[in-house]
Amino acid sequence: MSNSQLTPGVVPGRLPADAYAKNFGDHEPPLDMHEARVAADRCYFCHDAPCITACPTSIDIPLFIRQIATGTPEAAAKTILSQNILGGMCARVCPTETLCEEACVREAAEGKPVEIGRLQRYATDTVMAAGVHPFTRAAPTGRSVAVVGAGPAGLAAAHRLAMLGHDVVIYDARPKAGGLNEYGIAQYKAVGDFAQAEVEWLLKIGGITVKTGMALGQGITLAELQKAHDAVFLGMGLAGVNALRAAGEDLPGVRPAVDFIAELRQAKDKSALPIGRDVVVIGGGMTAVDAAVQSRLLGALNVTIVYRRGQEKMSASGYEQDHATSAGVRIICNASPVAVHPAGGALEVEFAYTVDGPDGLKPTGETFRLRADQVFKAIGQTLSGAPEGLELAGGKIAVTGAGRTSVPGIWAGGDCAAGGEDLTVTAVAEGRDAALDIHATLMAARS
Amino acid sequence: MADLTSHFIGIKSPNPFWLASAPPTDKEYNVRRAFEAGWGGVVWKTLGSEGPPIVNVNGPRYGAIWGADRRLLGLNNIELITDRPLEVNLAEIRRVKKDYPDRAMIISLMVPCDEESWKDILHRIEDTGADGVELNFGCPHGMAERGMGSAVGQVPEYIEMVTAWVKHYSKMPCIVKLTPNVTSILPPAMAAKRGGADAVSLINTVKSITNVDLDSFSPFPMIDGKGSHGGYCGPAVKPIALNMVGEIARHDVTRGLPISGIGGVTTWRDAAEFLAMGAGNVQVCTAAMTYGFKIVQEMISGLSQYLDEKGMTLDQLVGRAVPNFVEWQDLNLNYVTKAHIDQDACIKCGRCYAACEDTSHQAIAMTPERVFTVKDEECVACNLCVNVCPVDNCITMVEMPKGATDPRTGKVVGDYANWTTHPNNPSAQAAE
Repeated sequence: MSNSQLTPGVVPGRLPADAYAKNFGDHEPPLDMHEARVAADRCYFCHDAPCITACPTSIDIPLFIRQIATGTPEAAAKTILSQNILGGMCARVCPTETLCEEACVREAAEGKPVEIGRLQRYATDTVMAAGVHPFTRAAPTGRSVAVVGAGPAGLAAAHRLAMLGHDVVIYDARPKAGGLNEYGIAQYKAVGDFAQAEVEWLLKIGGITVKTGMALGQGITLAELQKAHDAVFLGMGLAGVNALRAAGEDLPGVRPAVDFIAELRQAKDKSALPIGRDVVVIGGGMTAVDAAVQSRLLGALNVTIVYRRGQEKMSASGYEQDHATSAGVRIICNASPVAVHPAGGALEVEFAYTVDGPDGLKPTGETFRLRADQVFKAIGQTLSGAPEGLELAGGKIAVTGAGRTSVPGIWAGGDCAAGGEDLTVTAVAEGRDAALDIHATLMAARS
Repeated sequence: MADLTSHFIGIKSPNPFWLASAPPTDKEYNVRRAFEAGWGGVVWKTLGSEGPPIVNVNGPRYGAIWGADRRLLGLNNIELITDRPLEVNLAEIRRVKKDYPDRAMIISLMVPCDEESWKDILHRIEDTGADGVELNFGCPHGMAERGMGSAVGQVPEYIEMVTAWVKHYSKMPCIVKLTPNVTSILPPAMAAKRGGADAVSLINTVKSITNVDLDSFSPFPMIDGKGSHGGYCGPAVKPIALNMVGEIARHDVTRGLPISGIGGVTTWRDAAEFLAMGAGNVQVCTAAMTYGFKIVQEMISGLSQYLDEKGMTLDQLVGRAVPNFVEWQDLNLNYVTKAHIDQDACIKCGRCYAACEDTSHQAIAMTPERVFTVKDEECVACNLCVNVCPVDNCITMVEMPKGATDPRTGKVVGDYANWTTHPNNPSAQAAE
């Protein structure tokens, strides 16, 4: 292929053939045993440690780090996985810089926290590499639970329910289980088909059946699930994408960033993926960063993230922003899309500069245009096809306590449920806690 | 830059840092490198009698313990005295001393406990140009089982007898190296003094097993599945050595007997502490074996800077802490302090809280916001919080002024008073 970064249009193979393996390899390589010991030695084993509080799944971080330091990463992994069954993926994708590592007292002491995320990966990789699943099922309860969505929330709920002795059937719309772990995470954060490996490892608990290609309104209905199972957990995520509400949004070349990321994750040969010479990503979160960085890694010449508010309001962390800019992505803040115009075979996105005042976001009156072969919308996802009969809150399924919806017998968690940050680790916590509540409810009903 | 020239028992060396008798001083090659690096003197690795040299094991001879990041904290060895022929050692000593006349050259000796053996070895080393001898009465492994080393050092009568022979048959200054593997260091030191020793050096290594291999169940260091005790040294033994040096320095009978301080000296600061505790110079081994000979340059610059800052000479530092080294009964029971936590320095790890709440006096309060404060009414000033705090100077002990009321005891802080006059002491002398 003779394409280069300068080739006009949307074309594949902009980079030399060997560049792709490097670009989409491990973003942060795993610690080896020596590095892990050195990193673990730095933990102070704090009392009632702030890192535990900062972790949505409340992993006993000082304990697992001490277990690594004393040469028992297997025990460390069990400490992690007993709280967070997707500890392996979370070790890779958690924004630790805004969670456990931000709370680490060594961050306060010297601006250099204990590398909790990488240590967690060291421990969980150790048991997964050994093919060990350290949990076993309790005696069968004779109850069955339907889980809708095989993403982090659904998998966490299913695993905990199976562990407690219930039979679980997971329904997922996509061909593969994993949800955003499989379709939504940047390639370089989960190399080596990790998401599928983790799902297979998780299912070793037994008692879980996964049915793919099925979703509410697509082969199954909520009423049917309620009838066939003793409880239902909804963890189907947010399948819809917010609209730009700008003229020209429907022009070819404008697409949701999540679709681009999913396509890229599923592509075996990254060099065959067409990418624009000029790419504009609209949004300010981690999806925007993942889309922009991966556009650059595919060989796009100019990649710009445009965010409508100030930089301090971007939901992508400072670490993520730095990652984007060091990958050659330009970040423009305080600019809101007005229209997408066709321009000589490509597009031009027109933006209005904004000021974020006490009365909200206001255009300054000044506009500018960016050339784009591709425009990726990363301005948030929405719940699509919310089942009827469930109360909503802020466009998501309303829940109280440990994921109880307005309908008895139906729980919800993860991104589709109201409350909590839309993070993998939060979804895991919600799935796990809903499972415990389902268990308590089913057991109370039996006695 | 302070003058570090040392005149320990009349032996001049450009600084008070000598390498102890050990593997680093076993041969000419090493000692030349040491002198090039700047060491003030060496105690040549222990020579034995003429005849077939002793043999060493051919497997690991060192074991170790480590702190964070594998920082070596303690080293243990089962190496014996030199395993090279006596004549080879003597020729090398002669050559090196000739090339480095300004450096101290001491020869460590260990021969069987009879007069003839000592007379013979002293005669043989006469023309080497060496500045003195050190009698190895300390080595706790291998040689002790043959009636030498610490087997002598543990019997004061033998120490006195052999020291007297050495002083009788040699004009060289004589340093007696003591073993810490005794109940009290004072009788051996007194015996050395009675025998006419010019100085004592201490401590030699401590009998020890560093670890047990949990797969082979062998003590370490392991030789073919078995282990025997070795001699422990390095930073871990410094507190033991400082106490023993101080005990000799302050005792009525041994006061004034020159001491060469040994035991975990790793930095200039350790050396300065030994000097303050009464040592006239120091000997170093483990630090050199860990980091190489270059460390002496830091020791020289550090001690020199310290003396300059204090406006003190080397001689003025020696023994400076000895008058403050007292028995427990002489400590002031009216010295009342309370822990104080510097909130700006605190990083909120809570280790002080865990330590105090779980294992001490429940004297630290913790708020939901992780603010840690000392409860003066509970604090006994034990210092544990200071010791477990990872931040230097974050927790300090603040002295209560005289006349203040200790909220823990309700008592007013008074003048100096110790146990000897305390009302709870059945044998207290009535205060006048």
